[in-house]
Order: sequence, then structure tokens, then C-alpha cells
Amino acid sequence: MLETLLDVLSWLLLSVGGLFVFVGGLGALRMPDLYTRMHAASVTDSIAPILIIGGIMLQAGLSLASIKLAAILLFLLLTGPTASNALASAALLAGKNPDQARPLDEESTQ
Amino acid sequence: MTIVFGVFLLTLMLITAFAIVRTPNLFVAVMLTGIFSLLLASNFFLLDAADVALTEAAIGAGISTVLFLGALALTAERETAPSSNRFIALVVVSVTILAVVYATFDKPRFADPAAPVHQHIAPWYLETTRDAIDIPNVVTAVLGSFRGYDTLGEVFVVYTAGIGVLFLLGKNTGRRRDKPDDAARGLRHYLIPRMVGRMLIPFILLFGFYVQFHGEYGPGGGFQAGAIVAAAIILYALLEGENRALKVLPRGLLTGLIAGGALLYGAVGVVGILLGGNFLDYSVLSSDPVLGQQLGILLIEAGVGITVTGVLLSIFHAFAARGRF
Amino acid sequence: MYHAVTFALIVTMALALLRAVLGPSVYDRVLAVNMFGTKTVLLLAVITFLLGRPDFLDLALAYALINFIGVLAVLEFFRSRAKQTQSGANGNR
Repeated sequence: MLETLLDVLSWLLLSVGGLFVFVGGLGALRMPDLYTRMHAASVTDSIAPILIIGGIMLQAGLSLASIKLAAILLFLLLTGPTASNALASAALLAGKNPDQARPLDEESTQ
Repeated sequence: MTIVFGVFLLTLMLITAFAIVRTPNLFVAVMLTGIFSLLLASNFFLLDAADVALTEAAIGAGISTVLFLGALALTAERETAPSSNRFIALVVVSVTILAVVYATFDKPRFADPAAPVHQHIAPWYLETTRDAIDIPNVVTAVLGSFRGYDTLGEVFVVYTAGIGVLFLLGKNTGRRRDKPDDAARGLRHYLIPRMVGRMLIPFILLFGFYVQFHGEYGPGGGFQAGAIVAAAIILYALLEGENRALKVLPRGLLTGLIAGGALLYGAVGVVGILLGGNFLDYSVLSSDPVLGQQLGILLIEAGVGITVTGVLLSIFHAFAARGRF
Repeated sequence: MYHAVTFALIVTMALALLRAVLGPSVYDRVLAVNMFGTKTVLLLAVITFLLGRPDFLDLALAYALINFIGVLAVLEFFRSRAKQTQSGANGNR
């Protein structure tokens, strides 16, 4: 009984996580501007690992694999937002204006 | 079902490769090469080749991107116009592709139990590993003990690559004007990555050592561990400035590491001779042959890891000192 | 159970690849590569359990740590490039 409950819960978490992953990818592709794309990618990059790894951890139970999964989750949550922050500040310092709706071209990096 | 995933990943690799070749902007090519390595690593993983996948992810997607960017900082960002005589190249490549595809028709299917490799050598490796070496990771056993001589050659290839790059780029290229550590100066925007990086570096180092010594029990070994430890030091160099990284691990020490690792490997082989066995015969290293084999594998993997770390860091510093990376 | 997530992850990797190929500015491409890296870590973790070999989690852990380094290297590259053009425009200091 508990096993079925765990399976259902884990299936739910994995599916919602997968949905967020897909939404993030779609957002990164379809959004009009650099900063909106960053928003889509980084927000979903924070919620999706929580859901997906949470779902897997329920399946793995109490074992070494769960500890490793918790470590993976910790590092993803630590480095994901940092990388987005660094990317956004680098883009801002290089002069990509968030007010403009059109993405800028590459000549300005040379 | 994994076949479908594998095919999907291979299709993505094809698209990426096409995009790498067609883009004139080298920076884009470097980014796409990182993606290509990741796809390759995922593919290896789907095929159950965990050690290769770990090596590909660590070296191909991590270190190679950094080294390519270092090289790109020294040169132009757009590729030069290609030479005109490309028709012959196209013909040669097409003929080779057709020949290789034709050759694959004769290969056994993936994981076919009736394939020749599964009849003769693979069962022998599996049984002999269990009897003579007694470690769970047969790949490390094959790499370290059965084919130890080949791995010695690989270490020397890495060593040669390292000294080759050092010859080309120079060890102490021009007394670098003591640039102030830019990352430590007022750039507040980079405070967050610096702090997070400082928290991460000990864990990356610890993980590198774990992969090094855990290679007998799980995916891992010297090559992967060397890349991960080098990645940690490169992260430190990126965040705190290259001068500080050179104070931590000076160039002389790195050169010593390059040579020391290969020397360690060769020394294990020679000690085998001195103790009465053959070259790289680990069974004589201890009174219990099984323990001797495990000790031997541990030592040579350490040698491999040391050399790989030294080489990767030397190449990174050679690039970084040359340009204004 | 894991097949659906794997499929979603691989499709998103394709979308990120498309962004890396298309993205007009270099920052779009860096964003795409970073996203690709995170998705790869998740893919490795899910496939580990799909194939039933929990010992392979070390790969996901290794790549979760290394992905960060790649992105920072790229940003350092831009910063030094910007500084180069800046000091070139202001004359030699």
C-alpha cells in the first residue's frame, strides 16, 4: 500500500517536473528578448530539479543513492541561480538594454 | 525504449555537428562543441559505458571549453575564409563514409550474446577479475592491470601533449606585469559567483579525490579525477585571478606533477621487476597477490591522475599568461 | 515511469540546442549551453534509475559541479574582451 502511494507520488512529481522542464525550454525558445529568456530558463531550472530529484529520491528510499541525489540537488540549486546572475550582470555590463524588445546582434561583442 | 532515446540524442548530435561546421563565428563553434560533448556523454551513458561518459563529461564539456576559450582569447573570433579546393576533400570524405557504413553491416548487434567478443575475451576478463583482482569495476581492472601497458602509453601521450604545449607556448612567457587581481577589485557584480565558487571549490576537490580512489568500485579512475581536480583549480583561477592560482600551485610544481605522475607509473612497473616479477606485474607488490593487484592499480591510477592534473593546469596557465584571458 | 521525464528532458535539450544555434546574441547561446548542462545532469540522474544502476550517480554529481565552471569561463572571457576593447579605445594605459 505504501509502495503504491510512493509510486503515485513519485510519478506525479516526475511528471510535473518534466512539464516544468518542457515549459522552460519552450520559454527559452519563444520569448522575444534575452532577459525574458533568461527568466524562463533560470526559474524552471530551479523548480524542475527539486521536483524531479524529489521524485527519484522517493523511489530510491533511504540509501547512499538518496544522499548523492540530495547532493546533486544542492549543487544544482546553488550553481543555477548563480550562473543566471553572473550571465545577467555580464549582459547588463556589456550594454544589452532590457528595455529594448528586440534582441541585439552580435557585433557589439567584438 | 533506450534505443529511441539514443537515436534522438544522435540526431541532436548530427544537428550540432552541422551547426558547428557551418557557423563562421568561432565562439559559437566553441559553445556548440560543449553541447556536442554533453550529447556524446549522454549517449555513452545510455550505452552503459559509465567511465567513458564521466571522462567525456569532465574533459570534453568542462575543461575543453575553458581551454578553447583561452585559445580564442589569443586569436580572432571569425574563421578565415576556407581554401578553394574543397571538392577533393568532399569526395574523399564521402568515399570514407560509404566504406565505414558498408563495414558496419557486418558488425554484430549491440549486446548480442553470440558476438565473438562475448564468447572469448569478455568472460575471461570477468572471471579472472573476480579471482585475481577482486574489484567490482572490471573496466578499471582491464585498464589498470590487464592492459596496464597500454595505459602507460596513454599517460605518456598526455605527458607528451603537455610538454608539447609548453614548448610551443613557453613556460614563463614574458614576465607578466603584475596585474592587480581584477576580480578582487571593485567589481561587485561578481561577488556572488565568487562566494559560491569559494564554497564549491572544496567540494569539487573532495569529489575529485573520491573519484580517484573510488575508481575500483564505481565509475572513476585517474583520467576523470585529474580533470575534476584541474577543473577546481581552474575555477579558483577564474574567480580569484590567475596570479593567486599560481601562488597556490606554482609552475615549477605543475611541471613536477606532469613528470611525477608518469614517473610513478613507470616506477611501479620497475618495482615489479625488482621484486621478481615482470614489468607492471602487480602480483609481486605484496605478499597476497590479490592485494598486490589492488595496490598496483591504486598506485598507477594515482600516477595517471597526477599527470593529467599537471598537464591540464599547465596548458591553462600557458594560455592564460599569453593572452589577457 | 521514468520514460516520460526522459522524453521531456530530451525534447527540452533539443529546444535549448535550437536556441544555441539561433540565438542572435552570444548571451543567448551561453544561456542555452547553461540550460543544456542542467538538463544533462537531470537526464543522467533519471537515466541512472531508468537503467537500474544507482552506482552511476557520480556522473551527474561530477557534471553538476563542472557545468558551473564552463559558464564562468565564458563570462570571464567576455569580461576580458570588454576590458581589452575598452583599454584599446582609451589608448594604452
